[in-house]
Amino acid sequence: MSARDASRFIRRDGPSLGEAETHARLERTWATPPGLWGWLSSVDHKQVGRRYIVTAFVFFLLAGLLALAMRMQLAGPNQTLLTPDRYNQIFTMHGTTMMFLFAVPVMEAFAIYLVPLMVGTRAIAFPRLNAFSYWVYLAGGVMLWVAFILNVGPDVGWFSYVPLSGPQFSPGKRADFWAQMVTFTEVAALAVAVEIIVTVLKQRAPGMSLNRIPLFVWGQLVTSFMVVFAMPAVMVSSSMLIMDRLIGTHFFNPAEGGDALLWQHLFWFFGHPEVYIIFLPATGFVSSILPTFARRPIFGYTALVLALVATGFLGFGLWVHHMFATGLPHLGNSFYTAASMAIAIPSGIQIFCWLATLWDGRPRFATPLLFVIGFIVIFVLGGLSGIMLASVPIDSQVHDTYFVVAHFHYVLIGGAVFPLFGAIYYWFPKFTGRMLSERAGAWNFGLFFVGFNIAFFPMHILGLIGMPRRVYSYPAGLGWDDLNLLSTAGAVILAAGVLVFLGNVWHSLKHGLVADDNPWGAATLEWATASPPPSFNFVHIPVVTGSNPLWEEADGLPVVSGLRVDQRELLLTSVVDAAPEVREPSPEPSIWPLLSALAVTILFIGSIFTPWAVVWGSIPLAVGLIGWFWPKSAPDTPEPVIE
Amino acid sequence: MTARLPIPSPCSAGRGRDPCGAWEGEGSVIPRNLALTLPRLRRGPLPLPPGAGEGVARSASSRQWPWHRAALVLCLFALTACERVQHGIQSALDPVGQQAGRIAGLWWLFLAVLAAVYAVVLVLLLVAAIRPRRRRRLPPGPAFRPEEPIERRLTRGLTAWAVGTAAIVLTLTGFSYAVDRDILALGHRAELTIEVTAKQWWWQVRYDDPVPNRSFETANEIRLPVGVPVRVVLKAQDVIHSFWVPNLHGKTDLIPGRVNETVIVADREGRYRGQCAEFCGFQHANMALDVVAMPRDQFEAWRESQLAPAVAPSDERSREGQRVFLTSACVMCHTVRGTTAASRVGPDLTHVAARPSIAAGTLPYSKGNLAGWIADPQRIKPGSQMPVVGLSADQLQSVLAYLDGLK
Repeated sequence: MSARDASRFIRRDGPSLGEAETHARLERTWATPPGLWGWLSSVDHKQVGRRYIVTAFVFFLLAGLLALAMRMQLAGPNQTLLTPDRYNQIFTMHGTTMMFLFAVPVMEAFAIYLVPLMVGTRAIAFPRLNAFSYWVYLAGGVMLWVAFILNVGPDVGWFSYVPLSGPQFSPGKRADFWAQMVTFTEVAALAVAVEIIVTVLKQRAPGMSLNRIPLFVWGQLVTSFMVVFAMPAVMVSSSMLIMDRLIGTHFFNPAEGGDALLWQHLFWFFGHPEVYIIFLPATGFVSSILPTFARRPIFGYTALVLALVATGFLGFGLWVHHMFATGLPHLGNSFYTAASMAIAIPSGIQIFCWLATLWDGRPRFATPLLFVIGFIVIFVLGGLSGIMLASVPIDSQVHDTYFVVAHFHYVLIGGAVFPLFGAIYYWFPKFTGRMLSERAGAWNFGLFFVGFNIAFFPMHILGLIGMPRRVYSYPAGLGWDDLNLLSTAGAVILAAGVLVFLGNVWHSLKHGLVADDNPWGAATLEWATASPPPSFNFVHIPVVTGSNPLWEEADGLPVVSGLRVDQRELLLTSVVDAAPEVREPSPEPSIWPLLSALAVTILFIGSIFTPWAVVWGSIPLAVGLIGWFWPKSAPDTPEPVIE
Repeated sequence: MTARLPIPSPCSAGRGRDPCGAWEGEGSVIPRNLALTLPRLRRGPLPLPPGAGEGVARSASSRQWPWHRAALVLCLFALTACERVQHGIQSALDPVGQQAGRIAGLWWLFLAVLAAVYAVVLVLLLVAAIRPRRRRRLPPGPAFRPEEPIERRLTRGLTAWAVGTAAIVLTLTGFSYAVDRDILALGHRAELTIEVTAKQWWWQVRYDDPVPNRSFETANEIRLPVGVPVRVVLKAQDVIHSFWVPNLHGKTDLIPGRVNETVIVADREGRYRGQCAEFCGFQHANMALDVVAMPRDQFEAWRESQLAPAVAPSDERSREGQRVFLTSACVMCHTVRGTTAASRVGPDLTHVAARPSIAAGTLPYSKGNLAGWIADPQRIKPGSQMPVVGLSADQLQSVLAYLDGLK
């Protein structure tokens, strides 16, 4: 067949087409064009996912440096390393970067990379939207950090409470950069959430009915729904803040009938689900890593899925526990106490299922499993201190103290960053084709674990003995000195752990052991293709017959054929049973997502300075979107011939 | 006691009055509190040491980590540090009021129950991690199918676990509600009302009285009669702040456009420290207030002294100081009752020299500290609303002499 002109010979991917031939043709169809232009117009979910991961990690490191600066300042009483102005910018940037530019994007990044592979499809849904979301996210993050470097970084906390962030008490543009960064990142997050939902519901491999979806994918699905319902609240509130600041509305101005508490309700209606938006994907990492290294299927699949869904719902009923001190009615507060306590039940079920998997398994203590064990040790402690915070009386004492700082670092670092590191060690061979060093991994874990606990455990006590959050300095003699010094020492050890990690990645990228397709002997579909995966993910779309396909079909997965190889085509399946329904084209690479993202950037940044930017900025945006959505002629080729 | 207030003085504090002398004179009992509270703190379950789970990690691959000894030493260091904390004038673990007492009791209960839960999880994790190694007889292989009987046992375990979790959180919720109710009930007996208005970055305190001319204002200090519940009405003038005196009660926010209330009662004499607990801008860190609980008769005497207008300057230097004060920028912001200074932007200075601290708890009161503060407030509290008032050295000394006389 090589004698014939391949570009005119249309063919489906069929069993009779040779493996190498199918591979070559798919590569021609799906590969991203070479060169800078190709790089800029890529819509490959793996490339976009990699960019997301690397960018989010850069922000993680930057925010980590800020954390070290804060720990240096607080190592002793009355330190003057940082001025109050600089300190306030730093803690604001630390929180904002970690929450908006690291934690949520990095979880989405893993979803972008892994979900299409794990559900056995060739591309993410809406790949151009995906590329667009990355550029918008990048622009928002760069804008915020450039502002910080130019000394117009926000200084009103990552929560930006009004009236402090309002026009009267935060003149200048600092709070505006914060509010617009929120808009950027939320646009990106909403786009990704929609892609994930559609990918999971419509693009699963045939046979992957709802009860066979990997738990990581379930976690990402629930998370994406939470993003869809939670993020609009913060976008609305940050837009209202910008309007208050720029065009003189009075949403939050009590003197004109506005309400300062409205901001808190809107912000925390987003802010609390945000915690679960970060945590649920991390539970997905844990549920992926544990069965592989315990070498048995996860215990309690159904219970874990129900726990994820229950957490997704309950997560929206807790936001007032951030506002117990604001003087809301006690009866209302009691409801939120009960709801906050109730979330311990699904979390407890998850912990039990993981412990049971480990209990009945035959664990192999590779680095990913170490991080999962670290996760359980730390996260459970954070969860238990969360139960304390759910109680109105106890919260009234420890709210806005270092106790809370300790609590949410236990929950977020323990609950999300530890699984994330585990996930990186776990999937690094899939991403790059090389293994990370296990020995450096053990050092990384050890330093990270010990450093973390030394840095953050003392903060519980600091909060109880009266140290409030967000103070740039504290007087001597209140009993806070030693514990703060200890905490700083822990932070340094933690940073050493991160350095080991960076060194490990740097070294392993070039010199790591070459990984085969399934180096850990895992059970999910992403391990059924090459490491790193080809541009089209799978030569043939696999058929799934159980929850652990690679374990259950040890002799090779059954596959379906019939997708075109000359054009980008996906197989859509039904929502519940994943029965094949229809073939769907998938978009080609395009520069328009990048151009549209640039137009959005101009509009958003311009609107910090003048409301007219919304009017004039909509013109380039319209051009971008018209180019993006310009009707393409339907494939002019006839229905392909089956060989 | 001096050890409690070693806030470094930016100026020669030596020439000033001993900041603590006044407290001892007024019968401060802080050293006795220390003795009272030590055993109590020890009786409670100790907080878990940092890295309480290291044992687990070690078991995972003990041969790889030689530093477990170092970790142990660090844990011990942390515990020692906990013990050295002992007692604080700004500590939720050293309650001196009924509200704070109830909350601390609830906290210890939660800690005991949840520490037990944590211990169970850690033990399960540890056993789960090391147990399978004793079952080497299992056939090798990448993965195996779970056995039905084990699966059934684990499912029963899961059910019990979920029911247990629900029972524990329900019980704790019940205790939490009960304490919340008790604290509310305590609030119904308030005998005295104080109005606290938070401003960037200090506290205006107004003692209300049904007889209007028996009301007065002070700043950054609250004095209470021991054992008398006091209603504190909380307002904010600019941004959101939070009123928090941990030894007495949990915090309540002060929100512009809203009026909140809390009730505090001090069961023992002593001086406590409160601090703003909601980020309020530049100098959030230096927005503290002193709370002094005194016997009823001493409180009444203090109240009478506060009601009186400012002491007239007695010597030439102070009279000169008053002249400077009344003709310089000082008068644009401050009130000294009995003079023409009546502006309400900054703290009322009528009895400033009788206060424990200046600049909202930033420095203990002493003539030297006051001199440093007036000479350059922006160096001590950068961003503070108090500007540098260009006084000559001589004028500064006169103003100091005048202000130091305002007992």
